[in-house]
Amino acid sequence: MSALLVLARKTISKGPNMDIDLILRVYPFFIEAAWVTIELSVLTTILGLTCGALGAAARLSRNVVLRAIGAVYVSVFRGTPALIQLFILYFGGPQIGINLDAFDAGVIGLGVNIGAYMTETMRGAIISVNKGQTEAARTLGMSRWETMRKVVLPQAMRMMIRPLGVNINALIKGTALVAAISVVELTYTAQRYIGSTYKPFEMFLLSGVLYMVIIYIVGHGISWLDRKARIV
Amino acid sequence: MGLDFSVVPGYFGVLLQGMAWTVAITLGAGILSFFGGIIFAVAALYAPWFIRLPMRLFAWLFMGTPLLLQLFLIYFGLIQIGIDLPAFVAGIIGLGLHFAVYNSELIQSSILAVDKGQYEGARTLGLSRGQTLRQIIIPQAVHAVIPPMGNNMIALLKDSALVSVIGVMELTLAAQQSISRTYRPFEFYIAAAFCYYIINLALEAGLRRLERRIAASR
Repeated sequence: MSALLVLARKTISKGPNMDIDLILRVYPFFIEAAWVTIELSVLTTILGLTCGALGAAARLSRNVVLRAIGAVYVSVFRGTPALIQLFILYFGGPQIGINLDAFDAGVIGLGVNIGAYMTETMRGAIISVNKGQTEAARTLGMSRWETMRKVVLPQAMRMMIRPLGVNINALIKGTALVAAISVVELTYTAQRYIGSTYKPFEMFLLSGVLYMVIIYIVGHGISWLDRKARIV
Repeated sequence: MGLDFSVVPGYFGVLLQGMAWTVAITLGAGILSFFGGIIFAVAALYAPWFIRLPMRLFAWLFMGTPLLLQLFLIYFGLIQIGIDLPAFVAGIIGLGLHFAVYNSELIQSSILAVDKGQYEGARTLGLSRGQTLRQIIIPQAVHAVIPPMGNNMIALLKDSALVSVIGVMELTLAAQQSISRTYRPFEFYIAAAFCYYIINLALEAGLRRLERRIAASR
């Protein structure tokens, strides 16, 4: 694979003139690939939020074992590269009986990875809710669970929208990693066309614009949500 | 096919060499992103518009697109404009520029947060605009953002795995080469993950010490 890339690199024509015709010819393939990136992003976000919620619950639990599991999860998945985690799942998985196709492996690998970051985001928002709130609710006779559900979480969820948005932004760009396990999404498509047309700038521009459109729309969605959720 | 970690020690040297390259790339790109971040931040705030505007566009492009794509652009794009760099150097430039943009955002807001009195005081004492910036404002602004820049450095270490894709012989590619000889992906990627984790712990410990020293120097 990388040998092929090196070979392709040797034959790149020199000269920085933009090839508009080429862009017009290949852009439908990039649009198609952008949909795969969107699909990946949505599924990864859902899995990431789920893992994040479970992780945060574990890290804040009273049970020592659960707390330890949560801490190890966060430390290991944030302490090693997402690319390696993806490789372990996709290439190493079959050795321990896990056979996934590249797309599923991508979603699971990226989702569990970003879940570790979201765990910390959610935990941070929950513990930043004023302690007096919990104490007051407990004094009023609410159970621990009721206090969490009716008092702490509604406040924490408002606070976590923006930082989770940052996680989701990173996640969308992170979906590029699955190009390394040959999922045909935006970056893989760009890479393939760079290899066959030797026009890196054009291909970068084409895929870059599509990434930015996705990120721009999602960013505005998050801001809107954040504004709606604000109390004052 | 079961697991057999006994093959890993035989490639200990290969992995160790890969680790050394990963550390070298992280350090090189880290230094580039630190100074690049300062230069970008100053340019974004004080340069004339014909420098500021393209830089804004550049920052926008780099923050809105995946690093992997940027690495492809730099590795192949530099050739297109007639600059032939080895993959190692292209990798450092790609990682360094990417994180320089993120550091620059941090430093910019930090520069703006430095008390205005500092600037006025320095100018009153007869320092020129450039001197004030270099000797008074930037040191304070950079000190204040060492912790978040440390986080970027940790992210950089993990993202250095991406340069394996353009053929830089670092830890990830070292693991891949060992795998191509032994057909044991699980064992070697776990070993690589373990190596990254160790470098990560060392880096975190180093950054914590640095932060303590900075806190103490205040």
